[in-house]
Amino acid sequence: MERVAIVGASMTQFGQRDAWVRELLAEAGAAALDDAGVDGDDLDHLYVSNMASGEFEGQTGVPNALAHDLAAQPAYTARIDQTSSSGGAGVYAAWQSIASGASDLTMLVGGEKMTHRTTSEATDVIASLTHPVEYKQGVTLPSFAGLTARLYLDEYDAPRESLGKVAVKNHKNGVDNPHAQFQKEVDLDTVLDSPIVADPLRLYDFCPITDGSAALVFCPESVAEEYAPDGSYAVISGIGGATDTHVVHERADPTTMGGVVDSSDIAYEMAGIGPDDVDVAELHDMFTILEFLQSEDLGFFEKGEGWKAVEEGVTDRDGELPINTSGGLKSKGHPLGASGVAQVYEIFKQVTGDAGPRQVEADTGLACNVGGFGNCVTTTILEGSQ
Amino acid sequence: MSDHEHDDATGSDGEASSGDEPTFEAAEYADGTVTYPPHTVSPNGAERVGTVDLREYEARVVTWTTSTATPPGVREPNTLAIVEFEMGDGYDGPPVRALGQIAERDGEGGGGAGADGEQFAVDIGDCVEPVYADELREPGAGIREPESQDWDGFRFRPVE
Repeated sequence: MERVAIVGASMTQFGQRDAWVRELLAEAGAAALDDAGVDGDDLDHLYVSNMASGEFEGQTGVPNALAHDLAAQPAYTARIDQTSSSGGAGVYAAWQSIASGASDLTMLVGGEKMTHRTTSEATDVIASLTHPVEYKQGVTLPSFAGLTARLYLDEYDAPRESLGKVAVKNHKNGVDNPHAQFQKEVDLDTVLDSPIVADPLRLYDFCPITDGSAALVFCPESVAEEYAPDGSYAVISGIGGATDTHVVHERADPTTMGGVVDSSDIAYEMAGIGPDDVDVAELHDMFTILEFLQSEDLGFFEKGEGWKAVEEGVTDRDGELPINTSGGLKSKGHPLGASGVAQVYEIFKQVTGDAGPRQVEADTGLACNVGGFGNCVTTTILEGSQ
Repeated sequence: MSDHEHDDATGSDGEASSGDEPTFEAAEYADGTVTYPPHTVSPNGAERVGTVDLREYEARVVTWTTSTATPPGVREPNTLAIVEFEMGDGYDGPPVRALGQIAERDGEGGGGAGADGEQFAVDIGDCVEPVYADELREPGAGIREPESQDWDGFRFRPVE
């Protein structure tokens, strides 16, 4: 099986944008093509990660629209929808296209336009992924987070403040990310005094609603230096995808995300490494509690110990295992279909030594992209070429 | 599980049995497991053989939250709990759980989607029982097609 390299990457400004989804996708796509030094018509495959452009703005058929806008015809196109993990699933699809030999050059563009909707409407679009018996009870993804956070704090005797420290850390990281929606620090008192959204979680425990796009260009490792002669490319050394139950309350342990466990097991085995070999990670902190769950289910910390790592600064940018150097979804923003792509963008920047003020020492990085409330997960491991 | 009601396992939601109130229908499978909601097969792949009416069981609160940012057609605030049913010593399958709203103090399921009645307070470990509500959420107010699913169901209230 051919090893797959990433030779181009881009992301747009995340936040409240005037552009609509087609324009956002084209902005990121054109920048990634430029970064790789190729044109649209060089692409064999073009994928778009997007959850709900039809529901949000009435625009469907976005891959074909993007192919036209970038003059990429006759590239094969497809839209990848796996809810909030559409980006990770798109990375998986792009990796498959190269690894299988079906494509010699593939671009993935993830994007979403959301901020023109009210919070209530956007929340409902996202909650539409739930089972009918959940949906009719008025459940939202934030309420799943509140339910899980209460149980986690109770079972593992974790202080409420530890969740707030995730928000503080990721906002601090976001200050150095020029693409982040929020580039300002918050203090713990601000987090703990913010309005309750799904208790015990408060406003600053949640990511914002965001517009934005990100893109990656993939090719076989054997030809990567043709696109990146200076060696500034990364290799996907491991990737795994997995699902957990659709109905969240049916999971044996509500504080364990089985899809994270299973997808990372596959990715670690493919890469021939374990969690101790990871130097930097981007986790899906749509809610602060998710950073604890994923850091444990990825094997970075023992079950119930993830909160202690945050308390002790282990996951700070200058800590032993920096997590969410980009600011995470919490600070950078969460334009659904773009988020998993932007996570890999950050890891690409870290392992190629191009992360600017966010740079940490990293040869190997991991991105974990979660859809639903752990329903679908893709874990991707990147290694720098040098 | 001899006290369980059996049917043709069509997968339809609970309909009125002997009385007017719909059942709280979970599925029972050939391997003895029970799930709510019903699925085509059990977690181990066993076929459905019948149903279980969860109205017959009390449950314990596993966790709860009160959501203050609710979507269209949902009461605000909306206290939700994941509960685990006490299925008895004869049941050795995986836990049987449900997610549901906490009932309001004004009786029965407590009003419709627009009700503003005070909701019961619950905590982890509390014993609760199902109580029927004819409308948990206003159909058509949200994105989901109203005819695609039913909108009645069960809330939970503390057992005195």
